[in-house]
Amino acid sequence: MNDVARIQLATAQQQAPAIDDATRMKLEARQLDFFYGSAQALNNINLQIPEKKVTALIGPSGCGKSTLLRIFNRIYSLYPKLEARGQVLLDGEDILDARYPMNRLRSKVGMVFQKPVPFPMTIYENVAYGIRHHERVSRADMDVRVEQALRQAALWEEAKDKLKQSALGLSGGQQQRLCIARAVALRPDVILLDEPTSALDPISTSKIEQLIEDLKHDYTIVIVTHNMQQAARVSDYTAFMYLGELIEHDATSTIFSRPSKQQTEDYITGRFG
Amino acid sequence: MSTQPHDHIVRSYDEEQRRLVGEIVLMGETAVAQLEAALDVIERRDDRAAQRIIANDEAIDTLERRISHDVMHLALRGPMARDLREILAALRIPSDIERIGDYAANVAKRSIALNVSPPMPQITGLRALGALAARQVRAVLVAYQHGDAAQALVVRERDAELDAHYTALFRELLTYMMEDPRNITPCTHLLFMAKNLERIGDHATNIAENIWFLVHGDQPLPPRDKRDETSTTGAV
Repeated sequence: MNDVARIQLATAQQQAPAIDDATRMKLEARQLDFFYGSAQALNNINLQIPEKKVTALIGPSGCGKSTLLRIFNRIYSLYPKLEARGQVLLDGEDILDARYPMNRLRSKVGMVFQKPVPFPMTIYENVAYGIRHHERVSRADMDVRVEQALRQAALWEEAKDKLKQSALGLSGGQQQRLCIARAVALRPDVILLDEPTSALDPISTSKIEQLIEDLKHDYTIVIVTHNMQQAARVSDYTAFMYLGELIEHDATSTIFSRPSKQQTEDYITGRFG
Repeated sequence: MSTQPHDHIVRSYDEEQRRLVGEIVLMGETAVAQLEAALDVIERRDDRAAQRIIANDEAIDTLERRISHDVMHLALRGPMARDLREILAALRIPSDIERIGDYAANVAKRSIALNVSPPMPQITGLRALGALAARQVRAVLVAYQHGDAAQALVVRERDAELDAHYTALFRELLTYMMEDPRNITPCTHLLFMAKNLERIGDHATNIAENIWFLVHGDQPLPPRDKRDETSTTGAV
């Protein structure tokens, strides 16, 4: 291979490929509408989430990005008068179908929220609790699972000597990584992150972003973020939403260097709020 | 002049961006003024004026340093999309303008050496080549100020005309040198000056390509014609 071809290959390998028929989709929203009572919050969303990639959802407040995220694990169904119409396919199966087992969904799709919410238990129990709910695991195996999860969340070295201590004694950044450990402990396929670092300091934020880079080798990740630079740093694909509609969805490098829609350009360059 | 339909919410961003574009255009206009002064000085055979042009090149370098500082300041805002391409272009374009200024100063410097010999008829051809180069630089600066990629493409295409003039002058100078060895020294100086003017044209083309990138991002440029055939010109 000559030098020019080598450079072209290296460049192509660094860039996220355009979404086409060959890209495997983990999650797919089809003609998705969502209602808070009579108010429509999402309008005809058609969005594909590629497998083992990071997809960022960006847009101004009220655009529906967190609403969409909460549909991907049907957490909205905990509340009355919230209704989704259309389809959301996970590995080709419609999770909005009432026959889709909620337990299976919760084990396949994990979620981490903006504010770290550790359980008022030990660090060990925070991770073990979810596993125990879904599986029968021996004590020895549980120890291994807890360690694996904490290692995957880049928290093991800091937590290994205080597993029996309360999780509430951890710093904000550590608590958030504990929440990520809790999510990965169940070995889900998809991890949903709702502004995971907006409550954290810059160093904790960087640690979480490094974690996302590591996790995407094993998990499909969808992240909602207000931070444009973060979306540009961590994601492979970005979807821009506005007033409940999907305006543009493309490779992150394209969205942040040359978006197709003026609305997208205006938002990411701070020309309207 | 804003080339975007909406202003930034933070007004100082637009103010800084406008000021940066203004500084780059000023730097470019200073370089063109240097070039036109150098062409004038060749005809007038004025060594003192040539020395002033050489000394003036420092002003262009100073402008480049100020622009570089202002680009850094804008970069701290974390620009995206068009804004990001603006600062990348604002780093590249002054570099080309700085070289244009250097070449103009080099032409002035060589005119001092040229003045030792009697006036040469090829000055006319050199003057025409220089006027073309100056027109290219002026046109590309206007294109940059207005974010006009179409106009930038016109400049890029017109470089072929400049290359053709250079090739013709090159051949003429070779012929003159072969006719009479006493012409070799002045013609050699003229060759170098012509080459400097041809390189100014290339830098104007570089600026045009950066304007295309500014407006269209990574979209490929249309293919173009290059007419500098001097590297393959054999004995006439």
